[in-house]
Amino acid sequence: MIIAIASGKGGTGKTLVATSLALALKDRDKIQLVDCDVEEPNAHIFMKPVITRSEAVSIPVPRITEDKCTYCGKCAEVCIYNAIAVIEKNVLIFPKLCHGCGACSYLCPEKAIKEEERIIGIVETGYSDGIAFAQGKLAVGEPMAPPIIRKVKSLMNNNGTVIIDVSPGTTCPVVESVKGSSFCLLVTEPTPFGLNDLALAVETVRKLNIPCGVVLNRAGADDSLIAEYCRQEKVPVLLTIPLDIEIARLYSKGITLVNGMPQWRESFTRLFDQIEEIASERSRDIER
Amino acid sequence: MKEVVILSGKGGTGKTSLVGSFAALAQSKVLADCDVDAADLHLLLNPSLKEDHEFWSGQIAVIDEEKCNECSLCQDVCRFGAIHEFQVESVSCEGCGFCYQVCPAEAISMREQLSGNWFISDTRYGPLVHARLGIAQENSGKLVALVRQKARQIAEKQGLDYIIIDGPPGIGCPVISSLTGASLALLVTEPTLSGMHDLVRVLDVCRYFGIPASVCINKYDLNDDNAREIESYCLNQEVKVVSKIPFDNIFTEALMQGQPVVEYSQSEVTNEIKSLWQFISHALEEERR
Repeated sequence: MIIAIASGKGGTGKTLVATSLALALKDRDKIQLVDCDVEEPNAHIFMKPVITRSEAVSIPVPRITEDKCTYCGKCAEVCIYNAIAVIEKNVLIFPKLCHGCGACSYLCPEKAIKEEERIIGIVETGYSDGIAFAQGKLAVGEPMAPPIIRKVKSLMNNNGTVIIDVSPGTTCPVVESVKGSSFCLLVTEPTPFGLNDLALAVETVRKLNIPCGVVLNRAGADDSLIAEYCRQEKVPVLLTIPLDIEIARLYSKGITLVNGMPQWRESFTRLFDQIEEIASERSRDIER
Repeated sequence: MKEVVILSGKGGTGKTSLVGSFAALAQSKVLADCDVDAADLHLLLNPSLKEDHEFWSGQIAVIDEEKCNECSLCQDVCRFGAIHEFQVESVSCEGCGFCYQVCPAEAISMREQLSGNWFISDTRYGPLVHARLGIAQENSGKLVALVRQKARQIAEKQGLDYIIIDGPPGIGCPVISSLTGASLALLVTEPTLSGMHDLVRVLDVCRYFGIPASVCINKYDLNDDNAREIESYCLNQEVKVVSKIPFDNIFTEALMQGQPVVEYSQSEVTNEIKSLWQFISHALEEERR
C-alpha cells in the first residue's frame, strides 16, 4: 500500500505525520519512507538515516555536432520550451529550459544532435531504525522538480507499506508525487489559510481519483471551519493533533512525535487501520 | 520602483501573515501574491475583484481515435510515460509535442490548456495582483512571471514605489520566477531544524541569482538554542538577521478575524513587525538611490 502525505498549505505538519506514521508501523509491516519534497526534503532530519546509496539525477539535453549541422532550424522549431534557438550560423542551447523530451535529436534531419546528461539533483537511499528510506534533492538554482520525483518514486518498494512525504502546493510536483498512491492523507490546520488550501488539495486528489482523509493539526479553540468543510465534502477527519507547545518544541529539535511522546504511537496505528479500511473499500468498489 | 520578495524555503513560517502586515504598513505599493499554487494573501486583504483574466499556457496532446492506426510510435517516443493504450494521460503529459511531430497518421493534435486565472483587485491597502493556477496544472513559473509583470505595470502607471511579493515555499521553478530581478529577498525562518535546513537552501538560491537577502526569525523563542544557531550561521554568511519575532498566538487570532496582525493588536509582535518594515523600506530606499 502507498500512502501519500500532502497538504496544500506548507508547514501544517506533513513531515511530522509521515515520520510518526512510519515509526508507529515498523513492527507491523515492512515500511519505506520516501521523501518526495525534493525542493526542501526534511524527513531525514527526523529519521537520521544511514545513506547507503546515492545517485545523480540528470536529464538529457541536446548537444550539437557542429560539422554535421546545416542550421536548418528544425530543432528550434520543434522545441516547445524554447530551449534551442538557431540564429544564422549559431545554435544556442538553454539547458535550464530543456525538459529532456528528445524531440530535437530524433527529428534533426542531419542527425547532428546528440544528447548529454545534465545533473539536476540526487536521490539517496538508506535505512533508519528498521525503516527503509529514500529521498530526492533538487540542486540549488534548478527549476524542475518532477524528474527527481520520478526517480525517487522508481526506488519505491513493491511490497509492504510505502509512505510518501509530499511537497506543499497543488501543482505538478504534488501531482507527480501523489499519483499512483492508494490513499492520500491531507494535513491541515484550523485557520482560513488551512481551509483554503485544504479545499484545493482535496480537488487535486479527487482529480487523481485517490481516496483521501484529513489530519487536523494544531487543533484547539475553534476547529469548526475544517469540521464543517469536511462534513460537507464527506472527507473523513482521521486524526486530530492539538496545538501544544511541547509538540512544537519536539519538532523544533528534530524529534518525532511518537519517539518524543510514545503515547501517540497508538493513535498512528489506529490512523493506519482506518486508512487501510478506506483504501480496501475503494479497491473493492473498483473491482465491482 | 523596487521589489521585495518574501520567501522561506519551508512552508508555514509566516510569509503571508507578514506580507499582510506590510500591506497595512507600507505606503505607495502594489501587492503581488506569487504563491499561485495555494494563494492565501487575499484572505487577509478582503479584496474587491476588478479584473479576472484567463491564463492560457502549455499544451497537451490529444489523439484522434478515428485516425490512429495504433502503430504505438507515440508511446515509444514519449519520455514522460504519458501515453498508454493510445490514450494520453493528461496529468503526465508535459506538452512537448514529440508525439505530435512523429505520428505517421497525423492523428495527434496539441491543444492549448486553460491553466488558471489571474486577477487585479482593489484592497484598502492598495492594488493586489493575484492568481490561481488550475488544479494539477503546470507552468506555475510562467504564471508567477505574469503576476509580477502586471504588478510592475500597475506600479509604473500609478507611480508607486514598491512591489511587495508574497512568494511560494520551496526552491524550484515558481520560487526562481518570484525571485529573479528582485531588489531584496526577506527570508522568513523558524528556529526548528527543518526551518534552518530550508533557510540554508533558499539562501543559496538567492546567492545563485545574485539577490541580496536578509533574515527574519519568526517564533524565535520556540527554541532559543536554534535561534542562536541561525544567528551565528547568518553572521558567518554575512547575512543580516533583521528581526526576531516571538511566538504568539496573536498571529492565528488575527488570521481568524481575517486581519493583518498589526491592525488586529498592539503588542510586542506588532512593534517588531513595524520595525522590520522600517528596515525593509530603508533598504529599498537605499537601493533606489
